[in-house]
Amino acid sequence: MSARDRILAKLRRNAPSTATPLPDVGAWFADHRPVETAADKAARFRHFIELAHAEVHPVDADNWLDTLHGVLKARGIDKLLVAEDTAHGDAALDALPPRGIECSVYDMAIEAWKTEMFTATPASLTGARAAIAETGTLILWPDQHEPRLMSLVPPVHVVLLDATKIYNTFFEAMSHEGWKDGLPTNALLISGPSKTADIQQTLAYGAHGPKELIVLMLTAKEDAQ
Amino acid sequence: MSEQTTEHPLHFRPDEAFRARAKAVVDSPFLRQSFRGAMDFLMSKRAAQFPDADELETLRSLGEQIRQYNLSRLPDLLLQLETRLTANGVKVHWAETPDDANAIILGIIQGHGATKMVKGKSMVSEEIELNHAAEAAGIEALESDMGEYIVQLAGEKPSHIIMPAIHKTKEEIARLFAEKVPGVDYTDNVDALIQIGRNVLRRKFLEAEIGLSGVNFAVAETGTLCLVENEGNGRMCTTAPGIHIAITGIEKIVEKLEHVPPLYSLLTRSATGQNISTYFNMISSPRKPGEKDGPEEVHLVLLDNGRSQAYADEQLRKTLQCIRCGACMNHCPVYTRIGGHAYGTTYPGPIGKIISPHMLGLDGTSGLVTASSLCGACGEVCPVKIPIPELLIRLRSEAFAEPPGHAGKPSAMRDQGAGYSPLQAAIWRGWAAVYSTPALYRAVSWLGSRLRALTPRRQGGWTSVRTPLQPAPQRLRDLMKQRH
Repeated sequence: MSARDRILAKLRRNAPSTATPLPDVGAWFADHRPVETAADKAARFRHFIELAHAEVHPVDADNWLDTLHGVLKARGIDKLLVAEDTAHGDAALDALPPRGIECSVYDMAIEAWKTEMFTATPASLTGARAAIAETGTLILWPDQHEPRLMSLVPPVHVVLLDATKIYNTFFEAMSHEGWKDGLPTNALLISGPSKTADIQQTLAYGAHGPKELIVLMLTAKEDAQ
Repeated sequence: MSEQTTEHPLHFRPDEAFRARAKAVVDSPFLRQSFRGAMDFLMSKRAAQFPDADELETLRSLGEQIRQYNLSRLPDLLLQLETRLTANGVKVHWAETPDDANAIILGIIQGHGATKMVKGKSMVSEEIELNHAAEAAGIEALESDMGEYIVQLAGEKPSHIIMPAIHKTKEEIARLFAEKVPGVDYTDNVDALIQIGRNVLRRKFLEAEIGLSGVNFAVAETGTLCLVENEGNGRMCTTAPGIHIAITGIEKIVEKLEHVPPLYSLLTRSATGQNISTYFNMISSPRKPGEKDGPEEVHLVLLDNGRSQAYADEQLRKTLQCIRCGACMNHCPVYTRIGGHAYGTTYPGPIGKIISPHMLGLDGTSGLVTASSLCGACGEVCPVKIPIPELLIRLRSEAFAEPPGHAGKPSAMRDQGAGYSPLQAAIWRGWAAVYSTPALYRAVSWLGSRLRALTPRRQGGWTSVRTPLQPAPQRLRDLMKQRH
């Protein structure tokens, strides 16, 4: 008998004869989390992610690259990691190099350039799949075009978010998008730059991940401030 | 703490010396201030996250129902999880004991000829004392959570399950870094200290072949491992090295993905008073063809280590509802005064007192279940409504009642009756007889008031901090008589 069989046999021998009823998670959220307008959700998202020390810039389709350029220049950053074969990555690749920002791409497996990723990649640009208003949270599903380490290793992470894709809660996001029927290799919720309070409960940013998280909130032109 | 120089600080320490360790902390105004301040901070942060009492109560009830539903189906869910993870390409291992778990993990590492491992925060890896096993096998096991990194540098164990270095001041950490990290000068600036840790550990994330992590929730229907963290070291450990090994207790499982949001919300709000953690990392498979990063291999080690013993009893099973938020210790008047190291177990505080007897047996832990005033704070704040005070009372009777073989009834507990004392039992039997037999009571109380001068000065535990008990010169009965 293997360890597996022994553990399972012991649990089975002592398991309750009937399962307790399946809790109704949806009902709790319906009772406690009112439906919000798109504008309210956008405002709440922004409020909470700013509380968590992220920087938010409202942008539109025409000016987001200018804002991105300004954000990088303000920090003296002249190199940006972008994802080829994404609309935003290709747009940055076209627009930024002529304006003095070198754009590198994640075009090979990490093993081939891990040291460079860790030591010479000051900033990255990724998209976000959606966001969550209740907690000021970005949802990222990294994939072969925009791999996992892009949102983790560079000290400055810039995220382009379509402000029409904000859910009220995490529960609403996973239910609406049918996550239970298929999750990617890695799905992420990100709610601010990396932080720790492990030394005397004093909050410090930039523990192991990005020191700065910058959100470009993309809204239709007439809505942008 | 001074006794750490005489005891090996990293191994489980049986509770013979529990009182001495507790006294050392109580006698240190410095440590008491550290814990008091930290616990007050965490309690007020949690309270601020739950301004709506109705929301808190209904959410706690939902959390309790979710945990109880999933525990009631535990064997089926473990099989479902194994099937889904295997289909996703994750290798699942089963371990009954800490030694089994260490052997599995070291086997994977040595099978790849690897020698460098970075670890994300995992209390289960502390429970199996993986770092010793790795060290003995010539494998570097480096903690990467800032708090864990600090206590590992200091040669200690975590004193809190969420904030491992909560007992240390920034000045102590500053001295530790200056002494132990090459090329670092003394600074007690917290930002500077964190950057020192970041730089050391970034180099390690780059070089490590193995990343080890715990698991906060394992989702059976999707085959997904969920990790909660703020620092990003958990993501580093599970993404940068070529091999990821996750370890978890068999109870951390939920059937449905929709069970995760309520538990996750309860966890971060109860633990550190955050509405959400910085990262929620959901891992469902190793790197797929075409993907450019992430580990090529992902392993999950499922550990029993006494959990199936708790599972065997309907009341004790509630222990396994725990989501490891630490709110019970933050609100515990005993933990606040004696700190996490005094307990000697991996899990300190109220949850430690009720889970450790299943992991270690009552033989080494019977003293722990008495270290409670039964004030009830732990049960009140528990986000999944574990009736911790009830379980403490149950474990006290398991530890101190007559063991089976005499009159005792056998239960699921290992080392039942470990604290049983025939003398004490005889005294209580006598006590019961006196108080249930009026004639005997009159005789004994009369004799007591006459022989009061002979009362012993030392009366066991009572006189360690109190004046001795002594019968009154006149019984209540005599005083009442005089009034008429």
